[in-house]
Amino acid sequence: MAVLTIRNLHVAVEGKEILKGVNLEVKGGEIHAIMGPNGTGKSTLASAIMGHPKYEVTEGSVTLDGQDVLEMEVDERARAGLFLAMQYPSEISGVTNADFLRAAINARLGEGNEISLMKFIRKLDEKMAFLEMNPDMAHRYLNEGFSGGEKKRNEILQLMMLEPKIAILDEIDSGLDIDALKIVAKGVNEMRSSEFGCLIITHYQRLLNYITPDYVHVMMQGRIVKSGGPELAQRLEAEGYDWIKKELGIEDETVGQEA
Amino acid sequence: MATETKIPFDETYIRTFSSGRGEPDWLTERRLEALRLSERLPLPKPEKTKIDKWNFTGFSRHVVDSAPYDGLDDLPEAVKALIEAGEGTKNLYVQRNHTPAYVSLSDELKEKGVIFTDIFTAAREHGDLLKHYLMTAVKPDEHHLAALHAALFNGGVFVYVPKNVEIETPLQAVYIQDEDDIALFNHVIIVAEDNSRVVFVENYLSAHEQGKAAVNIVAEVFANANARVFFAAVDHLAKGTTTYVNRRGIAGRDGRIEWALGLMNDGNTVSENITRLVGDGSFGDTKTVAVSRGEQVQNFTTSVVHYGKHTEGTILKHGVVRDSATSIFNGIGKIEHGASKSNAEQESRVLMLSEKARGDANPILLIDEDDVMAGHAASVGRVDPIQLYYLMSRGIPRRDAERLIIHGFLAPVVEAIPLEGVKNQLIEVIERKVQS
Repeated sequence: MAVLTIRNLHVAVEGKEILKGVNLEVKGGEIHAIMGPNGTGKSTLASAIMGHPKYEVTEGSVTLDGQDVLEMEVDERARAGLFLAMQYPSEISGVTNADFLRAAINARLGEGNEISLMKFIRKLDEKMAFLEMNPDMAHRYLNEGFSGGEKKRNEILQLMMLEPKIAILDEIDSGLDIDALKIVAKGVNEMRSSEFGCLIITHYQRLLNYITPDYVHVMMQGRIVKSGGPELAQRLEAEGYDWIKKELGIEDETVGQEA
Repeated sequence: MATETKIPFDETYIRTFSSGRGEPDWLTERRLEALRLSERLPLPKPEKTKIDKWNFTGFSRHVVDSAPYDGLDDLPEAVKALIEAGEGTKNLYVQRNHTPAYVSLSDELKEKGVIFTDIFTAAREHGDLLKHYLMTAVKPDEHHLAALHAALFNGGVFVYVPKNVEIETPLQAVYIQDEDDIALFNHVIIVAEDNSRVVFVENYLSAHEQGKAAVNIVAEVFANANARVFFAAVDHLAKGTTTYVNRRGIAGRDGRIEWALGLMNDGNTVSENITRLVGDGSFGDTKTVAVSRGEQVQNFTTSVVHYGKHTEGTILKHGVVRDSATSIFNGIGKIEHGASKSNAEQESRVLMLSEKARGDANPILLIDEDDVMAGHAASVGRVDPIQLYYLMSRGIPRRDAERLIIHGFLAPVVEAIPLEGVKNQLIEVIERKVQS
């Protein structure tokens, strides 16, 4: 069973500290949700774990099954079992979705163990049908000209094709209508197993109506300030964040403010 | 000597050469007139590249007689790889150095009046047609290299598609050099009469890794009223080869000319591609991709000139530059006075893969008419780190991720090539040029 362990993580962007000591453990079989208003550091956490070039870890550690993730190149992190569904996926002209996915799968399997074309096509067809995607999306250039909803669905397709140990979904629900949201949730739920851990970053409780989390965390000022079970998300939906701010004596929840 | 512009081939040589090929008198006279012009005309001046020391004329052999190929089985492997078995061999021209070494045209097309033959046979058998078109899109008096070409052309093909004839399968030409020190002055003419349609695909390749050949290519494309010409080319001449290539098209009323050019030479190259939209409603689309490596210096000029009303021209140029190579990309959209309601669009992008590489994208719009649309986009830069991050975040190693991005960047031409063999060869050439 995979374990992603984040200890006292501090992250800076262009010299400005955004994360100020995040502690979190995500195990295979668990679904965690990180909630919080905009500007509190949620996406920074996702990007720093994956190794985005703009984010600098200044203190703390991230390990996957005891291995030091921060020492790894981005591609090594992915091959070790991490996946990040991005908030703003890149568009890559001239590279078809199918060619890209095959390259990604084969990079995991390694030379000599490549997936056969038939097997790949079968799996791709199956997952695309599951996500109710138009089959010609496989032959379109990666995310080029995709609508916001198509991009998000394509991220989930990659998740299902690559089968990581631990996935982080960074605002996978933003900009989705309810039908698309249900399909995305269906994809994530399909992945649920004791071998799969997931960290869902969102600021809407809506997604959690369709994916029930085991743990809910609230992030403010670059730290996790409160953790609980699914009932915490319900309360946030009903009452908003103000009661937490009051409880913790926080005036401004965004990064750069201190309690 | 590289700087010597006077060639060691005189009037007597040209008379002997021309009569030896059974050329009509008018052609001999035109060659001689062009030779005289060549003596006084200066070299062309491609924007931002100095070419006066380049070896355009330092060759010792103007023409060699190579053995024709006995049949398809006898073709070199590099040529076989470009050809699709079955249908693909029916309409095929293979030129070995200067020799038409394999020529085939289907009976079906012959019956329709299509001509697809080497330029010398065209001069002997279709003299009037050739006379009407030869060196009319590119004129001998433009500069030294055009004049020299008109005087000394020593290979090439002639394609003629009569009115209302639509050819479904591409006509294919392959020019292979297996002598490394010769001069190739190749002349290609495509004439598409009214309402006709043709797809032409050509490859230039060298059998050797390194040569010292001088290559001077002119291709003239005529799409007459409502005709459609699709012209695809992959140039891959060896290191050490100095190339001047001028591909030019003239589109009549509602005519369409589309170019897909994979410019993969390993030697110094000046490439010029001009499409003249003369007829109202005509359309020109140019897609060019290029890779420069080593110490190569290359200059690529693409231009669409609008004369007719309601004409539409698009230019796409994507170049990759690595090592210490230099590549200049000039894109010129020109709208002449009177070409109202026309649209000139262009996009030039250069990807730099090393610190020492030099690349330049110069988008130019010259507009002499008010009621038009025009636009351009240009960029010179490195592989986008965010794109790299995205691909790597799926487990793809940096090197492979870069490779995918580069291939994707050059895909507009690769995807447009209508023959699988030629497309795959272009992919392989790109792979070799960006990887090694």
